[in-house]
Amino acid sequence: MRRFVVRRVAAAIGVLFVISVLTFLIFPTIPNGDPALRIGGRLATAQEIAQIRHEWGFDKPVYVQYARTMEKIFDGTVVSYTQGVNVLDEIRHGLPATLSLALGAGFIWLMLGILFGVVTAIKAGRFADRALTVLAFIGVSSPPFFLGALVIYYLGYKAGVVPLGGYVPLSQDPLQWFTHLIAPWLVLSVLFIGIYSRVLRSTLLDTLGEDYVRTARAKGISERRVLARHVLRNSLIPIISLWGLDFAQVIGGGAILTESVFSLHGVGQFAAESIGRLDLPPILVVTMLTAFAVVLLSAIVDILYAVLDPRIRLSG
Amino acid sequence: MVIDSGTSATGTEFSSGIPTELLGEARERASGLGPYQLAWWRLRRNRAALAFGAVFLLVLVLCLLAPVYAHDIAHTGPNDNHITQTVKVGGKLEDVVNSIGLPIGPTWHSRFFLGADTNGRDVAVRLLYGGRNSLEVGIVATLITMVLATIVGVVAGYSGGLLDGLLTRALDVIWAYPVVILGVALGAILAVSGIDVGFVKLKGSSLMVPAVVIGIVYVPYVAKPVRGQVLGLREREFIEAARVQGQGTLRIMFSELLPNVGSTVIVFVPLMLANAVLLEAGLSYLGAGVQPPNPSWGTMIADGISSIPAAIHLVLVPGIMLVLAVLSINVFGDGVRDALDPRAKIRIGR
Repeated sequence: MRRFVVRRVAAAIGVLFVISVLTFLIFPTIPNGDPALRIGGRLATAQEIAQIRHEWGFDKPVYVQYARTMEKIFDGTVVSYTQGVNVLDEIRHGLPATLSLALGAGFIWLMLGILFGVVTAIKAGRFADRALTVLAFIGVSSPPFFLGALVIYYLGYKAGVVPLGGYVPLSQDPLQWFTHLIAPWLVLSVLFIGIYSRVLRSTLLDTLGEDYVRTARAKGISERRVLARHVLRNSLIPIISLWGLDFAQVIGGGAILTESVFSLHGVGQFAAESIGRLDLPPILVVTMLTAFAVVLLSAIVDILYAVLDPRIRLSG
Repeated sequence: MVIDSGTSATGTEFSSGIPTELLGEARERASGLGPYQLAWWRLRRNRAALAFGAVFLLVLVLCLLAPVYAHDIAHTGPNDNHITQTVKVGGKLEDVVNSIGLPIGPTWHSRFFLGADTNGRDVAVRLLYGGRNSLEVGIVATLITMVLATIVGVVAGYSGGLLDGLLTRALDVIWAYPVVILGVALGAILAVSGIDVGFVKLKGSSLMVPAVVIGIVYVPYVAKPVRGQVLGLREREFIEAARVQGQGTLRIMFSELLPNVGSTVIVFVPLMLANAVLLEAGLSYLGAGVQPPNPSWGTMIADGISSIPAAIHLVLVPGIMLVLAVLSINVFGDGVRDALDPRAKIRIGR
């Protein structure tokens, strides 16, 4: 166990390092990527550009710039190139919205994914299976910003049931927080419910054919208990692993499309806006945050695996 | 795909891959049939998959006929403004875009069949041209993904050691980025700078820029399962036999291993195409994909969203077309997967 944790932490630091270096290197190497020109604006003179370059340290070698930026990220003083705001403050500001989105949607898509997966597997080949399969296919084929636009128009403008977007902090007004998030939760969940129910259906059908399930039935255990104790527990393993990765990506701002269409002003939308401005520091911090979340959650998932299935041994 | 590349690797032997209910009939028919013939026989029996395959072909052909529609039916191009003009609907003249900037809805006539957008452009014409662009980006991106991923997967899986370690780590790094963030970052940067690597020179506004970005982003999703399968194949007798015969590494990779991962690769083609078309739409929605004034389904939906609540047809028309196209690829792809590899568990979407 200790060896597993040490190896995982080492691997995580490695991935974070490589990702930060790569993200950092992309910018100085592209034409028009020079941040001094962006800060200076169109009307800046050559002298002003040189001045900016010196002040921000863009005239130093790349590795010095990298080291300085990393230092600033870790002592919390890193500043956006084009907006002049503290990047970590902006992320701290966007994190509650993103976390609220991730937690609610993650819960909904896990529960409904499992429910639909179980129903389609038990009723395999019958009407409920076919209907839910059609829905699952439509779900995985619909981009969230299209679904979001439909919800905003039909349920927002026409019916007036949901707000037209935006985020209200939980501490400010719990009811408003909920009504503003219910549509984004559902829209973000649709894709994942489609995927999870399909994956769970096929694993369940495989597991139902196993010998030990026949043994359990032969012992006279009720069908409900066979499903819950023997079949479902084994089939949930791949679902948990999927959920960990997907959840980590949403926390790290991966739900850019959903955040943007509902203008939740979370981490993802902040990343999208910064990318539009080719603003390096925010992009760097957000990608590192995401990579960190992915690495952390996948380690937790591997530990959960070993708990769920004693046959699995932990190896780096 | 995330689940477990190990098990799907062993499930691709055709002799054991047939579901039991088909086994009796299949065994009679299967005598003398090659694996791909057998798969084709199974696919032909799957009516839903075939129907949706036909729907996709129909969409593709319609989009390819965009210039014909524009020239002979709508009499306008995808970027032509008619903002100050009028069109005859039901006997009376109506403004294409009225005095408060609202575009006309579907007229169901040859001109402005699906209405106009806020710039007075014909939505139906843009829909077909946009579809052509979306599908072109998707198809090129899928080709890039499949070629790169197959090479990386086979080389990493067969060579092992340091090279395998490096390639696997590289895939892990790409994997740790969320697809959309990586795609948007690369797309936004390259849309400004273009691509200029060796003999590949692309302008920033080129359609091929998002295609390259999407193609690269999805490489790990295919390369990992291919590598997993090669790891299993590497230890098999026929590879050892080839090695003993003195075949070179490259020859073993391309004439022994490649045919054996063929079915896995084929299974991924429709799934990747569906994902590539969806990602193109997402990137274009965020301004990092197809660049205006080039239409694509994604840019059209983005334009439409900015004109909510005035003109919902600008969202509905490209959105429904996009969902229909992606849905038909997905259902057809599911049928292909069932036919080639009834036991594999490959994850759709992401």
